[in-house]
Amino acid sequence: MDFNATLIGEMISFAILIWFSVHFIWPHINKAIEERQVKIAEGLNAAERAHAELKSADVKVAGEIKQARLQASEIIDKAQQQANQIIEKARGEAVSEINRLKAAAQDDIASMAQRARDQLREQVGALAVQGASKIVQREVDASTHKALLDQLAAEI
Amino acid sequence: MASEPQGGLTEYIQHHLKHLTPHTSEGGFWAVHIDSVTVSLVLGVLFCLWFWLKARKATAGVPGKGQAFVEIILEFVDGQVKDVFHGDRRILGPLALTVFIWVFLMNAMDLLPVDLLPWITEKFGIGHFRAVPTADINMTFAMSLTVFVLIIFYSFKAKGAGGYMHELFTAPFGKHPALWIPNFALNLVELASKPVSLAMRLFGNMYAGELVFMLIAGLFSAGAGLAGWALYGAGIIGYTVWGIFHILIISIQAFIFMVLTIVYISMAHDHH
Repeated sequence: MDFNATLIGEMISFAILIWFSVHFIWPHINKAIEERQVKIAEGLNAAERAHAELKSADVKVAGEIKQARLQASEIIDKAQQQANQIIEKARGEAVSEINRLKAAAQDDIASMAQRARDQLREQVGALAVQGASKIVQREVDASTHKALLDQLAAEI
Repeated sequence: MASEPQGGLTEYIQHHLKHLTPHTSEGGFWAVHIDSVTVSLVLGVLFCLWFWLKARKATAGVPGKGQAFVEIILEFVDGQVKDVFHGDRRILGPLALTVFIWVFLMNAMDLLPVDLLPWITEKFGIGHFRAVPTADINMTFAMSLTVFVLIIFYSFKAKGAGGYMHELFTAPFGKHPALWIPNFALNLVELASKPVSLAMRLFGNMYAGELVFMLIAGLFSAGAGLAGWALYGAGIIGYTVWGIFHILIISIQAFIFMVLTIVYISMAHDHH
C-alpha cells in the first residue's frame, strides 16, 4: 500500500468534515456549555446575594428591635411622667379645693358667730331693759332711753 | 489500495475488511483482531483519563468549559437512566455512561479517513488495520454479551433464584404445568434476542457505514484524465457528505446502545 491520491482525497474530505464540525457542530455544544456556565454562575451569585441579603436583614431586624425597645422605654418614661404630672395636678387641685372649702367654712363660722353675738347683744339689751324696768318699777321709755340702751348693748 | 493496478475496487475493499491478526493463527479461533482490541483499549483508556481528570479537578463553583462539557454528558446520561430505571443508579448510571462514551468514541473512528490509520501502520510493516472496533462483530458481541451477563445477574439479584425460575416457566402464559415448556421456550428466545439485536444493530450500522466510505473512496481512483478529476471531486463531496451524515449515525448508535442497555437491565429488575 503506497501513499496515493486516495488518501489525499480522504484527507481533504476529513479537513472539510473538521471545518464543518468547527462551524456547525461545535458552536451548538459550546453554546450549551456556556449557557450552563452562565446558569451556574447566576445560581451561585443569587445564592450569595440571598446570603448577603439575609445577613443585612438580620442586622436590620436587630437594629429595629433595639429601636423598638428604646421607643418602648421612652414611651414608658413619658407615661410615668404624665402620670406623675396628673397626680401632682390632682393633688394641687385637691389642696386648693380643701383650702377653698376651709375658707368658706371659716367664713360661715365667722358670720354665724357674728350673728349670734348680735342676737345675744340684742337679747342682753332687752334683758337689761327688762331688768332695769323691774328695778325702777316703772316703764322705762324705751324710745327715750334708746340711745342709752344702744350704748349699753354695744358695750356688752 | 484502489490504485493498485491489478486490484481494483473489490480488492481494495477486501483488503480493508481484513483484520489485523497474529500470523501464527491466521483464520483460527485464536486469530485475535489486534486492531480492534488496540483501538478500543486506547479509546477506553482515553475516556477514563479524560473523565477522571475532569472529575478530580471538579469544583462546586462555576465550572470550566471542560468540566461543563463532562457535566452535560453526565447529566444527559443520568437523565436517560432516571427516565427508565427507578432504583439505585449507582451502578447503572456509570455503566450507561461508559457504554455511551466508549461506543461513541469507537464509532467516531469511522470519521477518520479510511486509509489514514492503515497507511500509518503500514509504515511500521502492518498491512491490515481496521480502525473502527464497533464494525468488528467480535467487539459488539463482547459488549452485548457483557450486558447479557448483567441482565442474568440482575434478574437473579432482583427476584432470587426461585423467583427468576418461577418467572421463566410461568410468564407470560400462566402457571399451568402444560404451559411450562412454551413459557420457557419463549423466554429463552426473548432472552437470546437481546444480546443478538444489541450487537447486530451496532455492528451492521458501523460495518455498512465503513463500507460506504470505502465505496466512495473508490471514486478517488476510478477514472483517468478529466473524468478522473470529476470523479475525484465527486468523491470528495460524497465522502464529506457521508461523513457529516455519519456524525449523526455514530451518535444515534451510541445512544441506542446505551438506552437499550438501560432498558434491558431495568427490565431484569422488574417483576412480571
